[in-house]
Amino acid sequence: MSTATLPDDLLLRERFGDLKPPLTPQSAVIEANRCLNCFDAPCTGACPTHIDVPGFIKRIASGNLRGSALRILDANILGLSCSKACPVEVLCEGACVMHRYNHAPIQIGRLQRHAMDSFHATGEELLTAPHGCRNVQVACIGGGPASLACAAEICRHGAHATIIERQALPGGLNTYGVAEYKVRTTDSLREVEMIRRMGVEFRFGTNIESAAALDDLESEFDFVFLGIGLGAMQRMNIPGEESPGVINALELIASYKTGRIREINGTVVVVGAGNTAIDAANAARRLGAETVYLLYRRSERDIAAFEFEYEHSKQEGVQFLWRRQPYGIRPAERGRLLLDTVQVQEVDKNLIPIPDSHFAIECDLVVPAIGQSPFAQLVQELRRVEVRGGRIVVDPETGQTGNPRYFAGGDCVNGGKEVVDAVADGKRSAQAILKIAEAAYA
Amino acid sequence: MPDIRVHRFAGRIDAPNPFWLASAPPTNTGEQIMRGFDAGWGGAVWKTIGEPVMNVSSRYSATDLNGQRMMGLNNIELISDRSIETNLREMAEVKKSYPYHAVIASLMVASNREAWHEIVARTEDAGADGLELNFGCPHGMSERGMGSAVGQVPEYTEMITAWVKEKARTPVLVKLTPNITDIRTVARAAKRGGADGISAINTINSITGIDLDTFVPRPDVDGKSSHGGYCGPAVKPIALNMVQQIMEDPESALPLSGIGGISSWRDAVEFLLLGCGSVQVCTAVMHYGYRVVEDMAEGLENWMRTKGFKTLDDFRGLSINRVTEWKHLNLNYKIVARIDEQKCIGCDLCHIACWDGAHQCIHMDRVSGPVNGQVELHDGPPTIEWRTRTSITTTPVTRKERAAVAAGHGPFPTPLARIPRVDETECVGCNLCALVCPVDECITMVRVDSGVPSETWDERTKGAAVAIEPQHS
Repeated sequence: MSTATLPDDLLLRERFGDLKPPLTPQSAVIEANRCLNCFDAPCTGACPTHIDVPGFIKRIASGNLRGSALRILDANILGLSCSKACPVEVLCEGACVMHRYNHAPIQIGRLQRHAMDSFHATGEELLTAPHGCRNVQVACIGGGPASLACAAEICRHGAHATIIERQALPGGLNTYGVAEYKVRTTDSLREVEMIRRMGVEFRFGTNIESAAALDDLESEFDFVFLGIGLGAMQRMNIPGEESPGVINALELIASYKTGRIREINGTVVVVGAGNTAIDAANAARRLGAETVYLLYRRSERDIAAFEFEYEHSKQEGVQFLWRRQPYGIRPAERGRLLLDTVQVQEVDKNLIPIPDSHFAIECDLVVPAIGQSPFAQLVQELRRVEVRGGRIVVDPETGQTGNPRYFAGGDCVNGGKEVVDAVADGKRSAQAILKIAEAAYA
Repeated sequence: MPDIRVHRFAGRIDAPNPFWLASAPPTNTGEQIMRGFDAGWGGAVWKTIGEPVMNVSSRYSATDLNGQRMMGLNNIELISDRSIETNLREMAEVKKSYPYHAVIASLMVASNREAWHEIVARTEDAGADGLELNFGCPHGMSERGMGSAVGQVPEYTEMITAWVKEKARTPVLVKLTPNITDIRTVARAAKRGGADGISAINTINSITGIDLDTFVPRPDVDGKSSHGGYCGPAVKPIALNMVQQIMEDPESALPLSGIGGISSWRDAVEFLLLGCGSVQVCTAVMHYGYRVVEDMAEGLENWMRTKGFKTLDDFRGLSINRVTEWKHLNLNYKIVARIDEQKCIGCDLCHIACWDGAHQCIHMDRVSGPVNGQVELHDGPPTIEWRTRTSITTTPVTRKERAAVAAGHGPFPTPLARIPRVDETECVGCNLCALVCPVDECITMVRVDSGVPSETWDERTKGAAVAIEPQHS
């Protein structure tokens, strides 16, 4: 069985051109030569997966591109998507000593992409220990980055991993949720295919929803890794939220990335100011919306989005409405919507509406993007897996939950961080599982 | 305004400045040399004149270093492939248009007296200000008994120099090959033969590299290569050493035109400090064009101004006797490395260099608490790297998390944990850390008073300092 793929969509490719274009081979070498090759490099320390950054960069400089890619993959199996999706400004590149050397930081993300692109172009398979040399069966629930990293690490050491995914395509948010100008769905699927060829088994369209299903799972597998991500996005809890024309940010992103939405016209209002809100607002602009407002109940300095994402959004032409709160959605003429909003001010950490500041924004689409609410009810109730504040509680060193057969990582544990954090979690859990199994068989 | 003119080099040669184009492709034709003079070069040594040769296609190859092109350049080109008549006619034209620039003819003919007498006479008739005998070319010509085949045998060098001196009216410079065990043996021979000056060094035998697909060394001439002559920035240290050897030896010392990897005014000053009266440049011009002389001349003048030197003779040779035999160095001179915490960027290259390449005295222990003493007391590089790679790091997503990353730096621009510390009790003052540090003046080597008077190995083994030695037996 091959993992499913999507046809290359040329219109999508044109509208969502690479935010950071690839380096040419010579510019990659020039950039690689700029790297000081720090000892115990801060970039490596800042990377959640601790990629040996100077190690892979100096391999680019020497012309050992295959070695460079393997060095990356050794630490981070999703080296390709991370090279494009990572907020490098607050990770490796943010830690680069060049900031204190009167130079721009080394373009680590683009160099990593250079190495990974060349590796994936060869279609080479990754070496693993002989399959089945360790008699451990691991189920990874959810097909996103955390599970992919966990399963790949398990297989690499010769044990058996199966990914169980309810959607039709693997990759989780890498496939459905990262802005297309960062990671293309085709890139995500190419990466998944490499992992499948390492020996990871995939089951699609499978939901584990009942006690019986859990029993079956436990009889088949020794350990269960939960990489289930977050559930549906939070509701705004305002009247009219169910109207057609209201689509949450993650759904909007997934729809355009998989070709279900090709074009948006008119005016769009995105509610929220996190990184996902920014992604959705930028996407609306690129899909054709003339006017895109980003509505946020607090001020500019309170936004959750990274500074560079906010700056990027301004470049895309998104307009911002600060300290404005929505309180209702009404139908307008010709299928349009009226979003009722009011100006608010913060008094003792409470948002108080300002009198006579009400107005309705006439728009075609309302996109709530106000945080995601986690979902892990089943295992909590039936398997003593502790969930606190919507997040699964684990030992941070191992990813192990209160139930020793259950491990977890990624968004369902950290409440929604980056792809690279999920990969680090998955890898750590896999190593802990292998260690426990080793001890048990010894 | 400092005066950078060259007066009476080797007795008779004047030039507006000490920057001369070396005998090489940049001095192949009169047209080139005139453009060179227009750009600011003070003299030119004409590409070696002799019976015209045939050249091969693909002649140069280079050594690059970490993206920097042409650290070293290698060539298998022979002497001029133009007729003697053409070269001398153009030389006369150049001399007519540029009477105050130094035009020196590099010569190479078969090793017989008549041939040398003839070429000397013809060249001087064309107006050359001086002659440079090419006893240094290491490739091709040497197989035919010329070039370095002469320069590697002191007797030949002396004999041919003497033949030339029988006829020459202008100063005779002998250009030496470095492809010899002790360059002084040939320098002495040239002096005995009556040479008025020396040019050194010529190129060094080399194979710059091999094509890893074809297995043919570069430059590739139809599937084969041949050793060439190496020059460029990479050879400067070798040239400086040979220049010093010649100038320090009374039997060798002659007016010297320094050659070898000179790319900037700083390089030129170094050759002058070791006693050279002029310098010759080729690779820098082949890389960037004649225009490189502008900064060379300006930089030299500005440096002389800040140092208060009015003429080149004011500082020429000042460094010759600063080189001595090792046995005369002070064994009790002690320096240690000091790291400027305000300048450190936290690359920690000094730590790994000291641990793996020197004496294990730069440690990452400012946070854990400084400990002085032998290597076993400290965490080494593998432990430090292991600690980082097994630590848990997460993306600072919220504003609070990002603020936490930015804070906690301590008093310096770099986090305290990343600023290395020198254990001065173990530091041997080797300089390696200061050499690898990318930041200017971040690591300085500071003299510490050892409390012991100066003593050299020579003095020590002669028993001169026995009195202050503790008595062990």
